[in-house]
Amino acid sequence: MAGYVFRRLVSAIAVMAMVGIFVFLLLRLAPGDPAAIIAGQSATEEMIAAIREQLGLNDPMPVQFIRWVRDMLGGDFGTSIFAGRPVLELLSQRLEPTVSLAILTMILAVTVGVSFGVLAAWRAGGFVDRILTAFSALGCSVPVFVIGFFLIYFFAVRTHWLPVQGYVPIGNGIALWFVHLILPTVALGLGFIAFIARVTRASMLEVLSEDYMRTAAAKGASSYAMLFHHALKNAGVPILTVVGISFAYLIGGVVITETVFNIPGIGRLVVDAINNRDYPIIQSVLILTSGLYVLINLTVDLTYMLIDPRIRY
Amino acid sequence: MTLPAATLEITPTAPLEFSGLARLARRHPLVLIGGGLLALLIVLALSAPLYAGDPGNMDPFKRLKPPSGEMWFGSDHLGRDVFARTIFGARISLMVGLASAACAALVGLLIGILAGYNRTFDSVMMRVMDGLMSIPTILLAIALISLTGPGIGILIVAIAIPETPAVARLVRSVVLSVRERPYVEAALCGGARLHKVLWRHILPSTIPALMVQSAIVCASAIITEAALSFLGAGVPPEIPSWGNMIASSRLYLAMAPLTIFGPGICLAVTVLAVNLLGDGLRDMFDPRAKRRR
Repeated sequence: MAGYVFRRLVSAIAVMAMVGIFVFLLLRLAPGDPAAIIAGQSATEEMIAAIREQLGLNDPMPVQFIRWVRDMLGGDFGTSIFAGRPVLELLSQRLEPTVSLAILTMILAVTVGVSFGVLAAWRAGGFVDRILTAFSALGCSVPVFVIGFFLIYFFAVRTHWLPVQGYVPIGNGIALWFVHLILPTVALGLGFIAFIARVTRASMLEVLSEDYMRTAAAKGASSYAMLFHHALKNAGVPILTVVGISFAYLIGGVVITETVFNIPGIGRLVVDAINNRDYPIIQSVLILTSGLYVLINLTVDLTYMLIDPRIRY
Repeated sequence: MTLPAATLEITPTAPLEFSGLARLARRHPLVLIGGGLLALLIVLALSAPLYAGDPGNMDPFKRLKPPSGEMWFGSDHLGRDVFARTIFGARISLMVGLASAACAALVGLLIGILAGYNRTFDSVMMRVMDGLMSIPTILLAIALISLTGPGIGILIVAIAIPETPAVARLVRSVVLSVRERPYVEAALCGGARLHKVLWRHILPSTIPALMVQSAIVCASAIITEAALSFLGAGVPPEIPSWGNMIASSRLYLAMAPLTIFGPGICLAVTVLAVNLLGDGLRDMFDPRAKRRR
C-alpha cells in the first residue's frame, strides 16, 4: 500500500511537471516575441524592452524555467501586467465568490444527482428512470450560459423572485449571499446533476444485480436499508471518481457562470485577463487549477482505500 | 372485447430499397433521429444565403423589434435580423465543431496507435495527455487564443487540443487489447510488415470507438466554441456566431428575449442532435452497453 501511495505521488508530480513545461513553453514558443505579445499591439519599443527585462526573457530558457518554478514553489506567481499587483493577491481577493459557487454547486449536484440516480436504478425502466433519461440528455446538451439566461429571464426578469445578477459577500449577511447564488448554482449544477445521476444509476444497477443484494432481500432488509446501506456504499467508488474528474469541468463552468451572472470571481479575472493580455494571470490560473485537479484526484484515489476495504494495492 | 392491436400485428416486410433505413429506424432510432437532425441543420446552414436575409445589415429604425413576418426572431440592438444571424451562426458552430472534432480524432488516433505500439512513446505521451486533461478545457483554449487573438483557425486548434487526450487514451486502450488477438499474431507470423498490420488490422478495429468518441468530442467542441465566443475569446465579433450573439444581446434580455433564446435554443438543439447520434452509435457498436444502461 505504501508502494501504491508512492507511485501515485510520483505520477502526480510527473503530471504537474508536464503542465509546468507546457505552460512555460506556451508563451515562449508562440509565434512572435513573448514580450510583444504581452505588451499588446499599441506598445512602444521601450515598453516591450521593459517587459522583457521584468520577466527575465533575456536569459537562456532553462534558467528562466528554473527561476519560474522556484518562484512559484516559494509562493511568487508573478505580477499582473495590467493591475501591477502580485497575481496571488488578485486571486485571493476573488477567491470567495468562486469558492462559494463551486461548493454550493457540488453540494447541489451530489445530493440531487445521487438521489436521482438511486431512485432511477431502484425502479429501472419506471417513471423516474424515464424522466432521468430525458433530463440527462438535455442536461448534457444545454450549455451553462443558455440555462443561465433562461433562469434569469423566468425567475428574475419576469417574476422578480430572485436577483438578476451580482454577488453579495457572505460577510454582508448569509441570506443575501445565498439568494444571489441560487440561480448561478442551479444553472451550473443542472449539467452536473445529469452527469452524476447517470453514473450513479449505472453503478447502482451493477451492484443491485449482485448476489449479496439477493441475500439482503432474503433476510428481510427494507428497501431503504438495501439501497442506501448495502448498494450505495458499494456503488460509491465510480461516483467518487466522477466527482473528482468533474472538477475540471466545474472550473470551466464557473468561468462562464460568473460572466453570465456578473459575479466578481476568479472566472471574471481570467476573462478580463484575456482582453488585457495579462499573461501572468492566465498562466498562474492554469497552473493552480491543474494543480488543484491533480490534488483532488489524488485524494479521491487514496480515499478509495478508506471507503472500500476490498481495494488493496 | 377487442384484442390489443399489437397481438394482431404481423411484422411488415418493408420494400427492399427502404429496408436498410427502416431497420436502422427500428433498431437504432437515436442514430436516425440525431443523424437526421444534424443533416437537416447542415443543409439549413449551407443554404442560408438562399432564404435568410443579410446578417450584417443594420437598420437603426428597427432596433429591438419583436418577431414579425419580415424578421422571424425580431431584431437586435443594432437593428440586425436575429433569424438571419442565427442561421448564419449555425455555419460557424457546425464548421468549428466538425473541424475541431476531425482534428482531435485524427491526432488522437495517431498518438493512440503509436502509444499502443511503442512503450517509450507511450509513457512520455500519456503523461503529456494527463497534463493536458488536468487543465479545464475552457481555460486551456483561452490561454492558446490569448497568444494570437481571436480567429477561426486558432479557435479550431485551441478547441481540438484539449479534446485530443480523451481520443488518444481510448484508441490506445483499443490497440492494446487488439494487438494481443490471434489474427494480429497470425498476420505477423505470416510475415506481414508491422506498418501493414497496423493499417490493415489494427486501424479498422479502432473505428467504431473512434466514431462514438468523435461525436462526443464534436458536441463538446460546439459548446466550447459558443462559450469562448460568449466570453469574447472565440469568433471575432463581426462574424455572427451563437456565442457572440448571446454575449452582445445580454443587456437586452428583458426587452428582446429572442435575441438570446433564438441562438440559445439552436445551440442546444444542435448539441442534442450530436449527442443523440453519439449515444445511438454507441448502442449500435456495443449492444451490451445498451442493456447495461
